[in-house]
Amino acid sequence: MKLKFRNLAIAAATVLGAAMANPAIHAANYPTKPITMLVPFSAGGPTDTVARLLAQAMGADLGQQVIVENVAGAGGTLAPERLTRSAPDGYTILIHHIGMSTAPTLYRKLRYNPLEDFEHIGLINEVPMTIVARKDFPPNTLTELVEYVKANKDKVTYANAGIGAASHLCGLLFMSTVGVQVTTVPYKGTGPAMNDLLGGQVDFMCDQTTNTTSQIKGGKIKVYAITTGNRVSSLPDVPTTKEAGLPELEVSVWHGLYAPKGTPKEIVERLSKSLQVALKDPTVIERFGDLGTEPIAQERATPQAHRDFLKAEIDKWAPIIKAAGTYAD
Amino acid sequence: MELLNNLAVGFEAALTWTNLVYCFIGVFLGTLIGVLPGLGPTATIAMLLPITFTLPPVSALIMLAGIYYGSQYGGSTTAILVNLPGEAASVVTTLDGYQMARQGRAGVALATAAIGSFFAGTVATVIIAFFAPPLAEIGLMFGAAEYFSLMVLGLVAAIVLARGSLLHALGMVVLGLLLGLIGTDVNSGALRFTFDNPRLADGISFVVVAMGMFGLGEIIRNLEHEATRTMVTSKIESLIPTREDVRRMIAPILRGTAIGSVLGILPGSGSILGAFAAYSVEKKVSKYSAEFGKGAIEGVAAPESANNAGAQTSFIPMLTLGIPSNPVMALMIGAMIIQGIQPGPAVIDEQPDLFWGVIVSMWIGNLFLVILNLPLIGLWVRIVTVPYHLLYPAILAFAAVGVFSLNNTEFDVLLLALFGVLGYVFAKLDCEPAPMLLGFILGPMMEEYLRRALLLSRGDPMTFIERPISAGLLACAVVAIIIAFLPAISRKREEVFQED
Repeated sequence: MKLKFRNLAIAAATVLGAAMANPAIHAANYPTKPITMLVPFSAGGPTDTVARLLAQAMGADLGQQVIVENVAGAGGTLAPERLTRSAPDGYTILIHHIGMSTAPTLYRKLRYNPLEDFEHIGLINEVPMTIVARKDFPPNTLTELVEYVKANKDKVTYANAGIGAASHLCGLLFMSTVGVQVTTVPYKGTGPAMNDLLGGQVDFMCDQTTNTTSQIKGGKIKVYAITTGNRVSSLPDVPTTKEAGLPELEVSVWHGLYAPKGTPKEIVERLSKSLQVALKDPTVIERFGDLGTEPIAQERATPQAHRDFLKAEIDKWAPIIKAAGTYAD
Repeated sequence: MELLNNLAVGFEAALTWTNLVYCFIGVFLGTLIGVLPGLGPTATIAMLLPITFTLPPVSALIMLAGIYYGSQYGGSTTAILVNLPGEAASVVTTLDGYQMARQGRAGVALATAAIGSFFAGTVATVIIAFFAPPLAEIGLMFGAAEYFSLMVLGLVAAIVLARGSLLHALGMVVLGLLLGLIGTDVNSGALRFTFDNPRLADGISFVVVAMGMFGLGEIIRNLEHEATRTMVTSKIESLIPTREDVRRMIAPILRGTAIGSVLGILPGSGSILGAFAAYSVEKKVSKYSAEFGKGAIEGVAAPESANNAGAQTSFIPMLTLGIPSNPVMALMIGAMIIQGIQPGPAVIDEQPDLFWGVIVSMWIGNLFLVILNLPLIGLWVRIVTVPYHLLYPAILAFAAVGVFSLNNTEFDVLLLALFGVLGYVFAKLDCEPAPMLLGFILGPMMEEYLRRALLLSRGDPMTFIERPISAGLLACAVVAIIIAFLPAISRKREEVFQED
C-alpha cells in the first residue's frame, strides 16, 4: 500500500511538472489549437461585434480559429473572473471595454484586480460617445445645454443604461464637470433608453455613436457634441466637447485584450503582434468605420501602452464614481 | 399605389432562389430548435451570427427572421406534447394543449396551433406592410407610466388564469414576484437575494423556471405511478380537426391575432403579454369557459395566434426605429451592424430592398411553415407513443442541454433540477405554476416601470391617472376585476337554478 502511494505521488509530481513545463515547450510553436475569446456581454452587442471582427482577423493571422464565447452577466465581471481561473497558456483570452477600469471602484467586492491579475495584450479601439437629447428639448448647443441644466436642475432628466454602463459614466462626468446633479433615470440597456428618448419621455443622454448615429441622421434626436478629441467622419458637422466649450468632458468606450496572469511573455507578444496585424486588416477598418470608430494607433496596441492606459483610466474614474456614491454591489 | 411598388420591391428581393433557400433554412432551423426544448432562438441566432458575416445582408436577415418566427411556431410542439414550454408564450399553450394531448387530441391541438399561427402571421405581415412607420410612432407614446398600467392589467389577468383555489393562485403570483426580485436592482445596483453568488446577479432565467416547473415537475409526477407513465390516456384519435373544432377556433384565432398584434408593437416587452392576455380574454368571453384547463381548443387557438402575431409585429420597432424589443431583436440589430447597416429610421429609405424583402419573406416563411408542419404533425404525435422510459431521459437531456446553452453555465442546470422538484411539490399541493410564472415575468418589469415613472414624475403618483393611455389601461384593469367577479356570482346563481 505504502509503495503504491509513493508511486502515485511520483506519478502526480511528474504530471504536475509536465503540466507546468508545458506552456514553455509549446510557446515556440503556439498556437497549435483553437483559441477561445471570452466576451463579457451577450451576443449582438457593440463589444460582441468588435470581438467577432477581431476574432476572424486574428484567427487568419495565427493560423488557428479564434472562437468567441459569450460569458455575459454581473455587469461584465463574470468573464474576467473566469479568465483568472483559466490556464495561462494563451488558449483563453478576453476582450473587455472601459468597464475593466471602473469595476474596481464600482464593485467593492470584486474578486480580481484588473492591473495585477492579467497580462495585457493591447488596446483595440475607442468608440466616441455623443451627447444627445429628445427632439423638442429647448437647448440647441452644448453651452445652452449647460445653462439650461443649471437653470432647470429640478426638472431635467438624464437617461442611462444602468450602473457601470458607459452612458452612466458619461453622465457622472457631465454632472461633475457642470457641477449640477440632475435626476438620473436608469434603464436596462441603451435600447430602452433610446426608445424613451425618441418618445420624448426623458430629456437627454450620452451614448456611443454606434447607437446614436442613425437616429441623429434620421433627425429623430438632437445632438450637442462628440466626447472625444476628434470629430467623427460619420457625423462631420458635430463639434467635439473641446470645440463646444467643455474640454474636461472627454470619454470614450475603449476595448482591450487580456490573457491570464502568468501567460508566457512570448505568447503575449505573439497575440499582441496578431492584434496589430488584425487592426490593419481592411475589412476590420471598414467595419469599425461603420461602427463610428477606428482601430487604435499601432503603438497603443501593445502590452505596455494598454497597461498604462488602464491604470490612468482607473485613476480617472475612481474619484468621480466615489463622489457620486453609486456602487454596483 | 406606393405600397404596391414597395411590395413589388419586396417580392423581387425575397423571391430570388438564394433568398427562398435561406428563408426555408431559417424556418426549418427555427422549427427544429422550437421543437427541441430549451434551445431557444436567442442561443441559435447567437451561434449562427458569425455565419451571417459571409451572406448578403438581405439573405442573412431573412434567415435570422425565419429562425425567430419559426421557433415561435415550433415552440408550441413540445408544450403540447410533453408539457415542456421553451419560452414565455408556450407556457399558456401547455395549459390546454397538454390536456388535449392527454386526451389523445395532440394532432388536433398541433393542427390548431399551425392554422392559428399561419393566419396570425399573414395578418401581422399585412399590418407591418401597411402601417409599420405610424405604428412605431404609437409605440413610442408608451412611457414608463403606460407600461406600468399595462402590467397591472396583465397581473389582473393572472388571477383569471387560475383554475381552482383563488388563494393558491394569489400565493403563486406572490411567489413568482419574489423569485423575480432575485438579481441586481436597476436603480441602485444593489444585489438582492444573490447570496454573494455572481451567477445570480442577473436573476434567474425564465426558461429555467418554466422548464423546471412544467416539464421536469411533470416527469417526476409521471414516474410516480406506473399506471400513468404512458403520456396518452386514450388512443390517438384523428389528426384533423373536426368541423366542430374548426367552428370553435375561428373567433379565438381572430381575437388572438388582434391582441397579439397590438401588444407586439410595444417595444417594452409588451409582446410577452400577448399570449397571456389572449388566453385570459378567451376564457372570459368563451361560452365553453368551463372547459378551459381541461383541453379547450380555444385555449390553444387564441394564445398561439397571439404569440405568432406578436412575434411578427415585434419587428416593427426594430425595422423602423432600430430599437430592440427583445433579445432576439437585439441580435438582429447586431447582425445588421456586422453587415455594415445602421439599423434605424433611415433603413426604410436607404435599403428598401432589405426592409421590404424581409417583410415579404415573413409571409413566404409562414407559408413554408404550414407546408412543413402540417405533414409533420403525424410524426410528432407518434412521439407520445414512444415508451416513457425511453422518452423521459431524452426530454431531460434536451432540457439540460438547452438550459446550459443559455449562458454556458452548469449552475443553470442545477437550478433547473431544483425547479423540477419545486414543480412536483407544487403539483402535489394543487398549486398551478402558470400564475407564478406570470408573476415572475411581470414582477421585475412592473417594479422597473413603476420606479421609472415615479422618477420621471418626481414622485407624483398622479402621473398614472393624468396620462390618458395609462388611465385608460388602469380603468380596463378595474373593469376586468369587476368582470372577473361577476360570472362567479352569476355562475353560482346558475348552479342554484340547476339544482332546483
